[in-house]
Amino acid sequence: MNEKTRSYALALLLIASLGAFAPRARAEFVVQITRGQDTAIPIAIVPFSTPPGASSFDVAALVANDLDGSGRFKSMSRKDMIDMPHRGSEISFDDWRRLDDDYILVGRTKMPAPDRYDLSFELYNVLTHQRLFGYEIHTDAAGLRLAGHQIADKVFESVLGIRGAFATRIAYVLVLGQVPHRTFQLVVADADGANPHVVMQSGQPLMSPAWSPDGKELAYVSFEDKLPSIYVQVLKTGARRVVSATAGVNQAPAWSPDGKRLAVTLSNRAGNLDIYVLDLATHALTRITHNPGIDTEPQWSPDGKSLYFTSDRDGGPQIFKVSLSPGSRPQRLSFQGAYNAGPRLSPDGSSLALVTRVHGDYRIGTLSLKGNGIIHVLTHGRFDESPSYAPNGAEIIYATHSSSGRGILALVSTDGRVQQNLMSPEGDVQEPVWGPFGSE
Amino acid sequence: MKRLPTTILLLSGAMLLAACHGKTAVKDQPTAATEVPAGSTTGGAGGGGTTMTPLGGGATSSLQAIAQSGNDEARDQRTVYFAFDSSQIDPAYDVIIAAHAKTLTANPGLQIRLEGNTDDRGSREYNIGLGERRAQAVRRALMLQGVADSQITTVSYGAERPAVQGDNAAAWAKNRRVDMVYQP
Repeated sequence: MNEKTRSYALALLLIASLGAFAPRARAEFVVQITRGQDTAIPIAIVPFSTPPGASSFDVAALVANDLDGSGRFKSMSRKDMIDMPHRGSEISFDDWRRLDDDYILVGRTKMPAPDRYDLSFELYNVLTHQRLFGYEIHTDAAGLRLAGHQIADKVFESVLGIRGAFATRIAYVLVLGQVPHRTFQLVVADADGANPHVVMQSGQPLMSPAWSPDGKELAYVSFEDKLPSIYVQVLKTGARRVVSATAGVNQAPAWSPDGKRLAVTLSNRAGNLDIYVLDLATHALTRITHNPGIDTEPQWSPDGKSLYFTSDRDGGPQIFKVSLSPGSRPQRLSFQGAYNAGPRLSPDGSSLALVTRVHGDYRIGTLSLKGNGIIHVLTHGRFDESPSYAPNGAEIIYATHSSSGRGILALVSTDGRVQQNLMSPEGDVQEPVWGPFGSE
Repeated sequence: MKRLPTTILLLSGAMLLAACHGKTAVKDQPTAATEVPAGSTTGGAGGGGTTMTPLGGGATSSLQAIAQSGNDEARDQRTVYFAFDSSQIDPAYDVIIAAHAKTLTANPGLQIRLEGNTDDRGSREYNIGLGERRAQAVRRALMLQGVADSQITTVSYGAERPAVQGDNAAAWAKNRRVDMVYQP
């Protein structure tokens, strides 16, 4: 992937567009790295030059914050910088090398017109003096934050060979207040927690947000009528519609890869939960599972031809897979431990993240779909739940409890080596779900 | 899955909305606003502090009075608690269930909603299944004592509506429950 990145021309234009969302100035979450990587890559992110009258937004600080937050980079403190180069020709490589930096990012800002910003930036290997990339981004003041995430994405990809996911969004449920007077909010925010926008608020529970594959809509469960219904909401306009309100349970929506169908969990009069596929255009329902146990939490395979789901047909909850071809028998995938639930497929389809119970504690694990059925436990909490992969597959976001019992978000790298908590300023944060690439 | 709803006496505007829910076919319902005020559509089921005064005379108001007095009982008189990962009703609750069955069979127009809940550990959607299973256990127990199926609705809130908050065994035990809520 490095080669591909380098082959781009110098001035690839990344036009930043923010859609309907107005920017906010600061991250709402405080990142605490609870498990770091001792091999974090040292990098210098030099402050960009800015012309008089430019926005005070510090793009380089955001880039450093993103990279540090990934746990895979360690950015140099500005007070340790010997000088402030803004282009490759100004870098004194031997000096930076003595400061133990492996990479250096330099950049400059031009304002060709009022509220127009041209950001030029280059990444160099300090040891070899090699220029790894150079790009230019054209945007306005409101787009500077997104531009910073896009720059961090380019650094991440160039150095690690993994596409960056800083310029993506997450959705989660925020619960405010104390029982029984609580307010439920469905929130969409940048992947770092900044720019939170409440897209739905209710005095009754909101659950199970799910991004459409194009990132333009969210499906979710709302109890606003005191009974559960599944809604689909267009993020840009706020327009929403009920897609499932059958008698009984209406839960666990999951979009098909083509965005045309939802897998959902419904119940019959006897309260038996089974999985159905709902065609969003025709409203036709196709029943997929037929079992007296709890069948729920469907997830689509990338080819759209089968579903992963949770079922307790064998006793405790375990993960199964079933083909959508008529008459197919579900196949059990998880065998380790008495509780495995809430599967979420990795972007490449090779593994499932899930909630697994270990000695009474609920933790996040991964189950390889190509391996021997062993579940790798990635986290060490007691109340870890709702895992969701970043679209680049490098990290899993999940919900847990802080030491004071508050619901917070946390991140773990899929190799388990980097872990961090995202401390929100208030409320209980639950059910994070990471949006797709290209939805910003 | 398109089922007819159970017959429900329409006692109030709030009930009308609640009843519509069950039979709403899958259908577009454009709603421009993104904000839904808390409790905008339903009444005070669940002990939300609504007070209601019987008007006297008609059968409807007397049912409302019965419903209200049922919901005004101490929580432990209208709640069945469950052991971890279990939907078995402990025999200790036979007396409570029999009392509610008696009220319901004596008043065939009376409606009750069984709200299944779990503690907040584990997967939230799977907990919806466990809560529903608990609500169904109480439904069957009431029906065994002669309550008509049409008088009962069930809903599972899973871990979403805890009675008490806290990461401890006492809180979890208070949350693994079915609340019996009369519909005004």
